Amino acid sequence: MSINRISQKQPETFEFSKENLLESEKEIKKYPKDKKASAIIALLYLVQKQNDNWIPLAAIKYVAKFLGIPYIQAYEVSTFYSMFNLSPVGKYFIQVCTTTPCMIRGSKKVVDICKKYISKNQHELSENKICSWTEVECLGACVNAPMMQINQDYFEDLDENKTEEIIKTLLEDKLPKSGSAKNRKNTAPEKGKTTLLEVKNA
Amino acid sequence: MLNDDDRIFKNLYNDLGWDINLAVARGDWSQTKHLISKGKDWIIKEVKDSELRGRGGAGFPTGLKLSFAPKEVGSRPHYLVINADESEPGTCKDRDILRFEPQKLIEGCLIASYAISAHTCYIYIRGEYFREGQRLQESINQAYEKKFIGKNACDSGWDLDIYLHYGAGAYICGEETALLESLEGKKGLPRLKPPFPALVGLYGCPTIVNNVETIAVVPTILMRGAKWFASLGKPKNTGTKIFCISGNVNNPCNVEEEMGIPLKDLIEKHAGGVIGGWNNLQAVIPGGSSMPLLPKSICETINMDFDSLIKVKSGLGTAGVVVINKDQDIIKCMARIAKFYKHESCGQCTPCREGCGWMWRMLERMADNEATYKEIDLLHDVTKQIEGHTICAFGEGAAWPVQGLLRHFRKEIEKRCHEEPLIKRKSNIPYLIDQHLLEKDSA
Repeated sequence: MSINRISQKQPETFEFSKENLLESEKEIKKYPKDKKASAIIALLYLVQKQNDNWIPLAAIKYVAKFLGIPYIQAYEVSTFYSMFNLSPVGKYFIQVCTTTPCMIRGSKKVVDICKKYISKNQHELSENKICSWTEVECLGACVNAPMMQINQDYFEDLDENKTEEIIKTLLEDKLPKSGSAKNRKNTAPEKGKTTLLEVKNA
Repeated sequence: MLNDDDRIFKNLYNDLGWDINLAVARGDWSQTKHLISKGKDWIIKEVKDSELRGRGGAGFPTGLKLSFAPKEVGSRPHYLVINADESEPGTCKDRDILRFEPQKLIEGCLIASYAISAHTCYIYIRGEYFREGQRLQESINQAYEKKFIGKNACDSGWDLDIYLHYGAGAYICGEETALLESLEGKKGLPRLKPPFPALVGLYGCPTIVNNVETIAVVPTILMRGAKWFASLGKPKNTGTKIFCISGNVNNPCNVEEEMGIPLKDLIEKHAGGVIGGWNNLQAVIPGGSSMPLLPKSICETINMDFDSLIKVKSGLGTAGVVVINKDQDIIKCMARIAKFYKHESCGQCTPCREGCGWMWRMLERMADNEATYKEIDLLHDVTKQIEGHTICAFGEGAAWPVQGLLRHFRKEIEKRCHEEPLIKRKSNIPYLIDQHLLEKDSA
């Protein structure tokens, strides 16, 4: 099982912004009228978006009330899923995939670069307080290994130089272009396709 | 090699564009109304005749699964749920369908929903696929605009609403009942079966859960006929499949191929061969991390289909082929997989929650030359205690790769193990009162 650490410093209150109130109503409408609880994951994402990419306890209570479910259920959900950050993370949150397919393509080098430039340990902020990094399990882009996710974007086909370049750009508070670092076309073989050679739109 | 004409996913690499107009130009949605007008029984029979097996890992016959939904809708509505929670290490096929062939999936949703009498379809996509989810939502909106789904979808008289639901980083939510729990707004803990979701599923209503790839191939099967699909591959292992070839190969890639293609062809022809040549191959994980690995000797001749791989005590799983060459430490590789399972166990069943941690720690010790010979059998024992003693198949998925390692690479492990030093030396430690604990029988 994974550990999801809860921040010691907690804000007193939390409320959705007007914009997010509308969004959350939209999310709740996806489900049958008496099954509002289904929207909890979507709502917690909205909290995370509004609150600098992390979820305080006050927000979990707020979401529970909002959906009319017991606090414990909302608390269970927020601690169970690993994508909910229960303590502050950097503005640029870097998740390096280190599961076997990425590992054998050299994800350790990517981790080392994160350690060198951002912080020694996972979940620590960089010196200028805008980046943090963590190792995660398979992100589902195995043929583009090694790869990492920065906020919502995938950075694929990394090597040492490219990773260094990306991390340095981030530390300057700029988001580099996502996608393959080798300018490879999605999941096609790097050195030319072997299938679908002559397909055209009819 | 499969003819390009017989490939279902023509836009696998996004050479042609994902937009709905381009998808329609490729033939999506061209016969939907006509197919639906042939009736539910025809659709299910055609899928049965095509011998399509689920592409999510278990390989359950899809036609049979669709037929499990109650024939008449009672007081409870029916649901179709699409499992897009692709998290199996080594697998990234659904991502390409979601990004580049979303209309195939949406059309499949309409046809399958009609076949099981569902008016609502949820697509459960993993939280990390945020961009892919955005793309899919855009495609769903486009389909609504064109009136392909929604009220009176495609003029067929059937109403269908499709909703996207994000997960939040839990591998276990790929298990169908855990997925339903998660969809209901709870922790993703698998449910005891029976009752099966087909009768008691989402919100206690009849629910059919299918993988993205399974549903996305249904429209093409119906358009081109079950006979065409069944003519590809082998009996009981028919059709085409997207293989994801990753790891130590020169050109890792996704490729759609015929079922039953030799593994060697897949690696040599499509993925540019093993790094360092075929002789540098150490092992291959044939179907995502849950499937036991195959040593080189088996890789020479094995065909990639469900039944051939079961014969060598492995499985096709999700067809995520991870190639490991001799430059890698095979024990470290498997230890990392064990760590993955330790991290992702939901914690509901004790054998899995505790056992996965045991397996990981023992494998790490073995990789670091710290284990004793006795631990090899102990490790095997632990895998046997997990397998079959859990609510869901996660237990098997965690135990099998370790069993595979023990089966094929026992010698490699033994090389790094040593005797228990205390027992070997029969040391007499004067300050230890419980000397008898050091005797071999009680150690």
